[in-house]
Amino acid sequence: MKTTMSFADEISNLMYATGTRGLNSCIQCATCSATCPAVDHMDHTPRRLIAMINAGLKDEVLASNTFWTCASCYECSSRCPKEIKPSELMYALKRYSIWHNRYRRKLVGPDFSRRFVRTIMRTGKSYEPGYAPAFIFENGPVGMVREMRFAMRLMARRRIALVPKRIKRTRNFRRMLSRILPLEGVA
Amino acid sequence: MKRYAYFPGCSAESVSASYHVSTLETGAKLGIEFEEIEDWNCCGATPYTNIDELLAHGLCARNLAIAEKAGLDVVAPCNACFKNLHHAAAELKADKDLAEHINFALEADGLHFDGKIGVHHLIHVYVKDVGLDAIKKQVKQPLKGLKVAAYYGCQLVRPDRNDGFDPEDPRYFEDLLKAIGAEAVDFPQRLHCCGASLMVANRRAALAMVRDLLRSAVQAKADVIATACPLCQLNLECYQQDVNREFGTTYKVPVLYFTQLMGLAMGIEPRKLGIGTEVVSPKPVLECVARKPAAAAAAGAAQTVKAGQP
Repeated sequence: MKTTMSFADEISNLMYATGTRGLNSCIQCATCSATCPAVDHMDHTPRRLIAMINAGLKDEVLASNTFWTCASCYECSSRCPKEIKPSELMYALKRYSIWHNRYRRKLVGPDFSRRFVRTIMRTGKSYEPGYAPAFIFENGPVGMVREMRFAMRLMARRRIALVPKRIKRTRNFRRMLSRILPLEGVA
Repeated sequence: MKRYAYFPGCSAESVSASYHVSTLETGAKLGIEFEEIEDWNCCGATPYTNIDELLAHGLCARNLAIAEKAGLDVVAPCNACFKNLHHAAAELKADKDLAEHINFALEADGLHFDGKIGVHHLIHVYVKDVGLDAIKKQVKQPLKGLKVAAYYGCQLVRPDRNDGFDPEDPRYFEDLLKAIGAEAVDFPQRLHCCGASLMVANRRAALAMVRDLLRSAVQAKADVIATACPLCQLNLECYQQDVNREFGTTYKVPVLYFTQLMGLAMGIEPRKLGIGTEVVSPKPVLECVARKPAAAAAAGAAQTVKAGQP
């Protein structure tokens, strides 16, 4: 007997540890969409995205910019009457789309996240200038000049570190992370 | 003297160095010892959860385990660090399987987390553990007449935490500002998100969110916005020029950390609080402080505090 897991089940499984009540308990009340501060910039509202997942519209969901437009402010999760935790759903979709390499091209979010994770893997600490390539080329020459000027503004006020900071026990740190997850495919 | 394991966060070493120094300065005045977590690492911010949840927990667990070795509760000045560390601690306490897996990883650095310590945000430590009365006692130059928009940000108040702080309609930030003699204006957007790292991922969306916050503060006639988070400060202050260019607005609102305002009220030298590294000049605040000494000396510090409360 051939069984195929539905897209909704796949995503629900990714959210298992978050304590969500499950996407299928969504009553489509749109509290999430109404509270979202970034909803104007999403191509599908969070409510609609949940409906699309439950309807199995996998390709449409993964082609959407909705979850990469989530700023993780958790307002939806604190208000959802069915405790679905839409902000955790957005995280789950980000992970799913990165793991399956199926996110919409030209989005800055996935590249930025990867660079961030890689930087921490190497040094244990965040270093802002290291993420610049993720978006600096995305915005064309005008955007590049703009970002450079922004960086210089901060640098003039000694608010950008010129060299990346590192933790001391980087070897142990990396061994620790590789015990959680084999790092190759991720970082 | 109260002791805490202090988690500065990566931005303390660059973009929010002023928050870091003003935290240490005000903490010293209030009799708090911040013991920096030895060899701390990044909390993972949001990108780590974007890639893998377990890795994100692992990063936080290492910091928690080091703090636990010293037997101290963790205090983080950054909303995002606080939220991450708090959640990781709560989930590791609740989920034995998760804790076992993460502890196996922590062994690689000779660490173990039992879940015996708590995690607090700096502002919670100040208003709850230290208390407003103790803060009032340290006020030398009440910020009388200064209109401040108390900006909590989003991750400070969300979600599901049971620590006694009201997530829907908190007042403690406003109360803290009143305690240092300032006036807390009615600022409807105070719990709204600043856009956070969306400034990278979706610039226009984030700029629009910052614009809404600035508009709300200006409508409330605030002289300055007080924040409790480095990313909020960065977005609201350093991207103000970008907001103006994008939307044709003319906002020029200074954005300071609440610790800087506290420090000024306590009579600490502005330079020691990291003031002077702003993109938008905090002139209205400094003028208010400069105006103060004579009046305060005449009226007596305690009475001025009282009068400063609307």
